[in-house]
Amino acid sequence: MKNLSLHIIDIFQNSVSAKAHKIELIIVEDRINDILRISIYDDGVGMSEKVVAQVVDPFYTTRTTRKVGLGIPLFKQNAESTGGSFKIVSKEGVGTKIDAEFGHAHIDRQPFGDIAGAVVLTATSYPDVRFVYTHTVDDKTFVFDTQEVYELLEGISVQSPEVVLMLKEFIENNLDEINN
Amino acid sequence: MEKIKSLADLKKKQKALKAKIDLRERANDPESHVQVKVSMSTCGIASGAKHTMDVLIEEFQQRQIDAIVTQTGCMGYCFAEPTIEITKPGEEPIVFGYVNKEKAIEIVERYVQKGELVEGIIPKNYQSIEK
Repeated sequence: MKNLSLHIIDIFQNSVSAKAHKIELIIVEDRINDILRISIYDDGVGMSEKVVAQVVDPFYTTRTTRKVGLGIPLFKQNAESTGGSFKIVSKEGVGTKIDAEFGHAHIDRQPFGDIAGAVVLTATSYPDVRFVYTHTVDDKTFVFDTQEVYELLEGISVQSPEVVLMLKEFIENNLDEINN
Repeated sequence: MEKIKSLADLKKKQKALKAKIDLRERANDPESHVQVKVSMSTCGIASGAKHTMDVLIEEFQQRQIDAIVTQTGCMGYCFAEPTIEITKPGEEPIVFGYVNKEKAIEIVERYVQKGELVEGIIPKNYQSIEK
């Protein structure tokens, strides 16, 4: 994975496969303490303790089309290589929580990439799933909640290319704002 | 153009877009949009599927083609990622492999717009002639 946004799309796909109705992405950039935390919480079917223990193993996958599952192991490796940590907690029937912590200024910390695109491209692909994206940089926070935004857009398909591009621009502009 | 930053800006833009999209939809059959699914699991993402999806959305927007581009899981052609499946209205879906930026543009221009078949089709849903 070239950047963090690609990991996020990857984990979103897991949540969607787990039949989540609501997926939360919480990014916290605490530059004073040099911490970057990416959390993804869903209310999908969850996993048993046995499965949770296996998901970090690259040779475990629930997929039937092939024998490896690299999404979680790669994300974990990238977090840990920056002096950070990776935690996955899940409960059957409740959902799954992933917390990845990175050294914000660590030389091996991947760039963010296109986070706005990652959120919008996934959210508009699954319009029935509610995505709540919260991004905090030090003391400034931006929240993007598809439920709130889709209500405003009533009457037009959120999957139209024009709408996808507009939502992406909306998030990008707000991210610029909290980064300054 | 004004920057879209607040929810009020979004609402304002929604009105303009609605008029534009309604007009386009009235001109065409409501069921006439092209459906594109981009395979987005670890294999696809690592091969650049997100970039392919960005390119497709931009191309459809610029060419004013009624299309919906969405993600889907692994289609099982990990060797040929990024893979996309295109369903033109009233036609059978076709799966294309190794869809980088150039290929994506070629597919939109030649297959979607002109109806020509382009190289790179993965024969997924062929049918045999029963004797």
